[in-house]
Amino acid sequence: MSEKIKVGFLLLGGCAGCEMAVVDLSEKLVDALAHLEVVFWAPTVADVKYHDLEAMDDGYIDVAFIDGMIRLDEHIHMAKVMRKKAKTLIAFGVCAALGGTAGMGSLHTKEELFSKAFKNTPTTDNPDNIYPSPHCLVDGKYDLTLPTYEDKVRTLNQIVDVDYYIGGCPPHHSHVEIAIGALVSNQLPPKGSWITNGKAVCDVCKRNPTRNGNGGRIMVDKVLRMVDGVPDENVCLLQQGYLCFGPITQGDCGGSCLNVNIPCRGCGGPIPGNEDYGAQALTSIASILGSEDATASLMEKYPNLAKFFYRYALPSGTLPRKM
Amino acid sequence: MSFSPNIVGFACQWCTYAGADLAGNLRCKYPPTVKLIKVPCSGRVKPEYVLQALAQGADGVLVGGCHFGDCHYKDGNYKTKHRMDLLTKLIADMGFDPRRLRLEWISGAEGQKFAKVITEFTEELIALGPNPLKKEEELINE
Repeated sequence: MSEKIKVGFLLLGGCAGCEMAVVDLSEKLVDALAHLEVVFWAPTVADVKYHDLEAMDDGYIDVAFIDGMIRLDEHIHMAKVMRKKAKTLIAFGVCAALGGTAGMGSLHTKEELFSKAFKNTPTTDNPDNIYPSPHCLVDGKYDLTLPTYEDKVRTLNQIVDVDYYIGGCPPHHSHVEIAIGALVSNQLPPKGSWITNGKAVCDVCKRNPTRNGNGGRIMVDKVLRMVDGVPDENVCLLQQGYLCFGPITQGDCGGSCLNVNIPCRGCGGPIPGNEDYGAQALTSIASILGSEDATASLMEKYPNLAKFFYRYALPSGTLPRKM
Repeated sequence: MSFSPNIVGFACQWCTYAGADLAGNLRCKYPPTVKLIKVPCSGRVKPEYVLQALAQGADGVLVGGCHFGDCHYKDGNYKTKHRMDLLTKLIADMGFDPRRLRLEWISGAEGQKFAKVITEFTEELIALGPNPLKKEEELINE
């Protein structure tokens, strides 16, 4: 390889966990850097500013990774700038791809969220009801601005064209390694696809009943949550009544949560061929409920089904926010 | 102009669709508010279809299947029941009135019941008013 591939990372409305997954590659990242040149990594790692990105020539970056969802006008602006500067744009992690957990914010109004965040939490002391506002004049001379807050959470592809998607909250570092390997060896799939092994979490799960011989469909009569007991580590969680989204989620994580006795909640993104994650989750869970009592117990245990089925995918759903 | 609701109906081909046929043969009168879509079984109705109908402005969605025990595929309508119960709760959590989704068991011999269900559902939707999404669109257009 004669020239290094220029890569850029941009964090929008996220927690930088996806970028930690890149750093978690450790020595492998050092090897990969023989083929990669990081030209932009903000606001987390490199000492660069947004205007440095704006000053680059269009198409200067070969591959850009964007993680985090879109909630502020700043996010929209930076996503558009990054799209112009990058030849290939990757929605990196489930927030950029589907909206992520922050997407559940779309089920609440701005007033609800602000009063919770800046007023009503027990650790907040705000007697003067001071809320962030887009403009603020300090000492009569410093006109300070903050980004404005959009009415709902959006996914990256609702703002700009996205070439590839990577799921995970965060993506497992072994999967990041595969993705970067595909990038370096120029073996990326067709544009618009997810970078994935295409298999469901069940396919990689050690509890899979077809693998350890206690197969057959067992209908659930009583729905359990994790607080109701400790699941058997070797038996499929669905067979035990703990609701798991493994059957409909991409298993690029290697079943990490299942390995530690936690049910899958779908951060890997939907398995190929499925547009609306939450609706598919509902279908899949409903088809293993054995009785109306089971349905009733599910609705009792999980008071808000929109937050249960769309844990990571609400902004990408057919109904992307509360009416 | 008075509000005439727009109902999207998913009708199982073995029971509810035949029931709608019979309602026509019996010359039953019911409001012209429902657009029927024939499906092989009510169990074929994915939640996506219902959500899509609501997202595109339908005021109500009717899912019609066979009575319990009558399903041509034995247990399709039991799956429908579980699915629609959860979906009703889901659309309520998404801010819709849960009455906008209606699940009915109408056999091929119940033409009159079909007409009655459509009449009742139409009246209920007139009382509820248009799909809230449509109101938002009108506001934007103004």
